[in-house]
Amino acid sequence: MGKIVAVTGNEACAEALRQINPDVCAAYPITPATDLMQRFSSFVNDGKVDTELVLVESEHSAMSACIGAAAAGGRVGTATSSQGLALMWEMLYIAAGTRLPIIMPLVNRALSAPLNIHGDHSDGMGARDTGWIQFYSENAQEAYDNTIQAFRIGEHLDIRLPVMVCMDGFIVSHSIERVEYIEDADVKNFVGKFEAVNPLLDLDNPKSYGPLILTDLYHEYKRAQHEVMTKVPKVVLDVAAEFEKMTGRSYGLFETYRLDDAEMAVVVMSSAAGTTKDIIDQYRDRGVKIGLLKPRMFRPFPYQEIAEALQHVKAIAVLDRADSFGGYGPLFSEITGAVMSMNSKPAMINKIFGLGGRDYLPEQAEHVIDELIEIAKTGKVETVKEYIGVRE
Amino acid sequence: MTTTAKPLGLKKLALGEDRFSYGHRMCAGCGAPIVVKQVLMATDYPIIATNATGCLEVSSCIQQFTAWKIPWMHSAFENSAATASGIEAMYRSLVKQGKLEDRNVKFIAFGGDGGTYDIGFQSLSGAMERGHDMMYICYDNGAYMNTGIQRSSATPFGANTTTCPAGDVIPGKPQQRKDLTRIMAAHGIPYVAQASPSYHTDLMKKVQKAFEIKGPKFMNIIAPCNRGWRSRTNDAITLAKLAVETCYWPLYEIENGVTKVTVKPKEKKPLVDFLKPQGRFKHMFAPENEDMLKQAQEYVDAQWDRLLKESAAGESEKAE
Amino acid sequence: MSKKFWEELPQGSVVLEAGSSAKFKTGGWRSMRPKWIEENCIQCMFCWMYCPDMSVKVKIEKDNKGEDKAVRADFDFDYCKGCGICALECPGKKGKKAIVMEEEGK
Repeated sequence: MGKIVAVTGNEACAEALRQINPDVCAAYPITPATDLMQRFSSFVNDGKVDTELVLVESEHSAMSACIGAAAAGGRVGTATSSQGLALMWEMLYIAAGTRLPIIMPLVNRALSAPLNIHGDHSDGMGARDTGWIQFYSENAQEAYDNTIQAFRIGEHLDIRLPVMVCMDGFIVSHSIERVEYIEDADVKNFVGKFEAVNPLLDLDNPKSYGPLILTDLYHEYKRAQHEVMTKVPKVVLDVAAEFEKMTGRSYGLFETYRLDDAEMAVVVMSSAAGTTKDIIDQYRDRGVKIGLLKPRMFRPFPYQEIAEALQHVKAIAVLDRADSFGGYGPLFSEITGAVMSMNSKPAMINKIFGLGGRDYLPEQAEHVIDELIEIAKTGKVETVKEYIGVRE
Repeated sequence: MTTTAKPLGLKKLALGEDRFSYGHRMCAGCGAPIVVKQVLMATDYPIIATNATGCLEVSSCIQQFTAWKIPWMHSAFENSAATASGIEAMYRSLVKQGKLEDRNVKFIAFGGDGGTYDIGFQSLSGAMERGHDMMYICYDNGAYMNTGIQRSSATPFGANTTTCPAGDVIPGKPQQRKDLTRIMAAHGIPYVAQASPSYHTDLMKKVQKAFEIKGPKFMNIIAPCNRGWRSRTNDAITLAKLAVETCYWPLYEIENGVTKVTVKPKEKKPLVDFLKPQGRFKHMFAPENEDMLKQAQEYVDAQWDRLLKESAAGESEKAE
Repeated sequence: MSKKFWEELPQGSVVLEAGSSAKFKTGGWRSMRPKWIEENCIQCMFCWMYCPDMSVKVKIEKDNKGEDKAVRADFDFDYCKGCGICALECPGKKGKKAIVMEEEGK
């Protein structure tokens, strides 16, 4: 068993990166991810890692340098947030389309305007279609564990895709929590040796990366990219099983909480799941059959598996910490997509909460569950999408 | 420097194998492939190159056809320098860790003027400041040729492009071009040079010199584009020579802050000799635009005079 | 089970064969054709150096010291796009060009 420490999410992820010891990291500071790379910089400058740390002049260059480094043929990581991710946007697609395993903790933060440094999922959701694998973490322990597993998943020879490991800005990145670290040697052994695929640094077999592909092949390349995503869930589960053997901590594509016999479900990601679980306990004590589903892997989205897990519920509330203006919340859209394959059609509502770091309070969870109880009874949904926790 | 430089006599050079192949799809008479082949020919060191999106990139690597015989990467438009810096960092990391043999690899980031002067300027500046052991080479054809001849900050004063057309009110590009070579020199990097493929020995000597210097290097190389310059398919070398002879494109280097003109024209030709064969300057020869020619000449004169002074100062510094 | 077409594509669209552009012949672009007049050639090799399409062939001969030297051979018409740079830059012998451009197919 590893050491038990009290650390922030950022500190835990920095520790994971130290233990993994990537060959190259390229990063640019941005709140609230700054602290993660600051800590990692100390590991570099104190000689605790072998990493070449490239301190670039923008996030666009951070991802560009990571792409160059990954194509060169080595283990690569970075971290960012919000506007930084937005500036990387172009390069996110290129990392995935070029099939380069780059691991990136994303400390979720609201997008401007107005400028805001606090946590919500607007950034990650905006990167939904980039071709990256995305994990969302509830707490520092999950952020740490997901970071370590992400290297195994992204670098897996059947996969070779970049991975975002998300955690809520400040709520997780800056809160001190109990985290159980894994021994250095075990982490090293778990992630294993990096296997280069078509490395640019193989001078004797020169490759060209980044050709122009027009109408005759582009469609096929995208088809192949789609295909690799279908292979991800199995690898995620295999890696999780191995991880559980090592740590005793269990991970799936999503987590369920008191869902087996539930009549109603709340679907919510990341730190808000913790608060919701507490409230669910209170309602359960009163005999209300309510449960929770917390997606861990948002891309690829496990529609079928989630549909099976929700098969028996009558009403679902999906809580989104991001809005798709003019549309439903992004998580809601995915859950409705999953529900499409179910025989029964539960009533569904969508709550937009916690934008720009607005606290998600127990009362909000209570209101949502009260509404669900009513909907389950009547089968009637009055408003599908609604903001909660708004000052009125 | 202990390494013996590769001899640059053409009969010897031609014995070697090109590291940039035929079958690329640059327009007939394009200056860019001439630049690339000369750069790669100047040395036998292993080279890994990156390329900004642009003519050279889209024409040299399409589907399964690549003209590159060296490891090469294109990722996007504005990030040739950043991408190269990542490759170089990985090389250093793996060599340092003993995971890779040190074969004295040289790294080049190629970009056109759009990808260098404009959209890629930040990533270029950043990579140079960070001190990566790499060379950035801009092939400057003075506009966004790949997208259809739009003006860039490298477009010369007065030129007619598709976004600064020679109109009735605004006759071509109103601004002088950005002097990127000097801006790069202001980064305080160890080697900056300007070259022309018409002076191939000078160009290749500069490449050789740069590769013996550790740290960031920058070369700006004129690359005529007959489509954008509205000239003939056969005149790339002639125009790149006239650019030097008129002092529009002086050949010089700045090594550790010391400026040296490497090729001084025997007789400085009037700028119109360079402008006249190019359709993009045609309107400047209309009687009502006489002043434009004057302005263009004055700018070139001022730049050349300043360069000569700096070069003279460099020589006297050496003498001391 | 045979693989589908798209399953055979190289991962991440990487081009694995260096210099494979040689399989793409650009000679068909030509409207003008360079003609090499050997007796006027002084073997300056400028055409070789300035050819944007690496389409001036060389052969290897021994110089008077017995060392290898490159000697200009004919054009590689598989790739020559007929731009005419070689003809324009050719110094020729005594004012007589060693390369002249002719209309293709004439």
